[in-house]
Amino acid sequence: MNSAAIPVEPVAPVAVPDTPEAETRHGCPVIDSLGAAVVHCNRDRYLELCSGLKADGYALPVGVTGVDYLTHPGRDLPEGIEAERFEVVVELLSLSNRSRVRVRCQVPGEDPWVPTLFGLWPGTEAHERETYDMFGVEFRGHPDPSRILMPEEWEGHPLRKDYDTGHIPVQFKEAPN
Amino acid sequence: MSDIESPRKVTLVDRLLGRITPGGPELTELLENKTDEGIQEMAPRSRTSPRELRLESGSVLRLPEGVELNRADIDVETPEDESMILNLGPSHPSTHGVLRVMVEIDGETVLRSKPVVGYLHTGMEKTAEELMYHQGSTNVTRMDYLAPFFNELAYCLSVEKLLDIDIPVRATWIRMLMCEFNRISSHFLWLATNSADLGAINMLVYGWREREMVLAFFEKVTGLRMNHNYFRPGGVAADLPDGWRDDALALCQAIPRRMDEYDDLLTGQPILQNRLQGVGPLDAETAIGLGVTGPLLRSTGVAWDLRRDQPYLAYDDVDFDVIVGTSGDCWDRYAIRFNEIRESVRIIEQIMDMMPAGDFRTQDKKITPPPRNRIDESMEALIHHFKLYTEGFRVPPGEAYVPIESPRGESGCYIVSDGTARPYRMHMRAASFANLQAMAPLARGALLADTIAIVSTIDPVLGDVDR
Repeated sequence: MNSAAIPVEPVAPVAVPDTPEAETRHGCPVIDSLGAAVVHCNRDRYLELCSGLKADGYALPVGVTGVDYLTHPGRDLPEGIEAERFEVVVELLSLSNRSRVRVRCQVPGEDPWVPTLFGLWPGTEAHERETYDMFGVEFRGHPDPSRILMPEEWEGHPLRKDYDTGHIPVQFKEAPN
Repeated sequence: MSDIESPRKVTLVDRLLGRITPGGPELTELLENKTDEGIQEMAPRSRTSPRELRLESGSVLRLPEGVELNRADIDVETPEDESMILNLGPSHPSTHGVLRVMVEIDGETVLRSKPVVGYLHTGMEKTAEELMYHQGSTNVTRMDYLAPFFNELAYCLSVEKLLDIDIPVRATWIRMLMCEFNRISSHFLWLATNSADLGAINMLVYGWREREMVLAFFEKVTGLRMNHNYFRPGGVAADLPDGWRDDALALCQAIPRRMDEYDDLLTGQPILQNRLQGVGPLDAETAIGLGVTGPLLRSTGVAWDLRRDQPYLAYDDVDFDVIVGTSGDCWDRYAIRFNEIRESVRIIEQIMDMMPAGDFRTQDKKITPPPRNRIDESMEALIHHFKLYTEGFRVPPGEAYVPIESPRGESGCYIVSDGTARPYRMHMRAASFANLQAMAPLARGALLADTIAIVSTIDPVLGDVDR
């Protein structure tokens, strides 16, 4: 459509503080996880943090996924962040700074919802649907909150830790019953 | 045993009526009487009715399914100003697997479209939570089945990051070699199917043929054409076989020559140009916002290739160009993949020169199982073998995400470990899944026939989308 030269770095580079030294980012604690910058937040700060990160130049949404920490509650979290059952994990990429950041948002198990990031990055649409499908975390404001991988009428959310995989008993020929 | 002891020449009728058995009478006896429940085989062909046989051999014309439909049952009244919903797929060759695209069309123009996925969902991420770390690579290799090495690579790099181990240099270079060959085979398959979608049916055969050449090399190295399970946490499963260099060299010489032929065959062809040029243009900002990566992103002019921009393995040490488009249309995507095959050949030639000697997997006995012959000699090796295959190895608690550049874009594996021998959570960031989000904006306002070209140049692999 437009054959004119498109800027290679379409996002204006913004000076982002170097991750290991920065204690917080947009008011949320940052920790170093095996060389990757991870920002922790709870649900109240989630949208604000993500908008801030987008303004910092993280223009490409790599993915949104979830983790159910039901059977592994004692994980390392920075101070001020209270562990909840679910985590929504967002991976973001800045092409101009060649840097990545990961957001881990705590989501309570009894009322799992977070605001959608669709307004910031339309590319989170399918990932959020997948996370809803697999974990039952509701993304409020999502334009199409439906299942994506499982059938529409499916009950339950398969990647939750209290969702059994089920198994077929092995039947031996000579065994009683 | 295989000789048929019949003086008469065996005819087709004999075969159809089951008068002869492949393998001869001895083999039949061997197969028939070996179970305690008696004969374990299908009913003999002689029991098939002559009509069935005629149907099978094609001498009876079978009528199409719709022939008995009562026309009065169909509602044929459709006002002209009303749009129509049409389902493309999920079982159609042009959807490259089981992609279903719901399109709302007005005449030939697509108003809206929505990809419907999930037909191939097999819960691999749930399965991964039940497998030990050393078993995981056999699971992930089935995700993007056209680029199995990239799945394994993302998984293994992620596990190795959690373990905080370094793998031997040779293993790194073997991984690069296999990955670049895999990029070639994947792009060849894309070239074949994309051309077939657009009507260049002869290219379909050529593309599959060239891919098969590369797969033959894979089979020699890993034992399997696909789903190799060759990369393991800590290195690779086996060293390169003797004579690998000759095979790789032969491929490196053959592929560029063939690419020149296909250049002549396809690139200058006016029909293909008309079908691709200016179709489905994507601009850089939209592409980035949609989270698309790989050739789809590079076609918009964004020079982003993880091999260059966030190097992993030893891509720092090889010299290659990142192919970038300008207008982001189907033609650019075609050209990028076409030339990436050439770039991969260039990388492979350098890898062959620089392939170091040494171990092909780490000598850490807590991670790498001992070789088979050591088990007979050493008690310690026996214990390590037993412990590894019954309990697996424990991975320190933490989380890691390692992205790599697969033929379709950024593939990455996110693993959360709780300190046991099984991943607490394993998530694959599938490039096809994210790239498919570009489908609806691209197809909007396009012609229905162009939708096929758009799906084809997005190049989704449904095993990767659905996992």
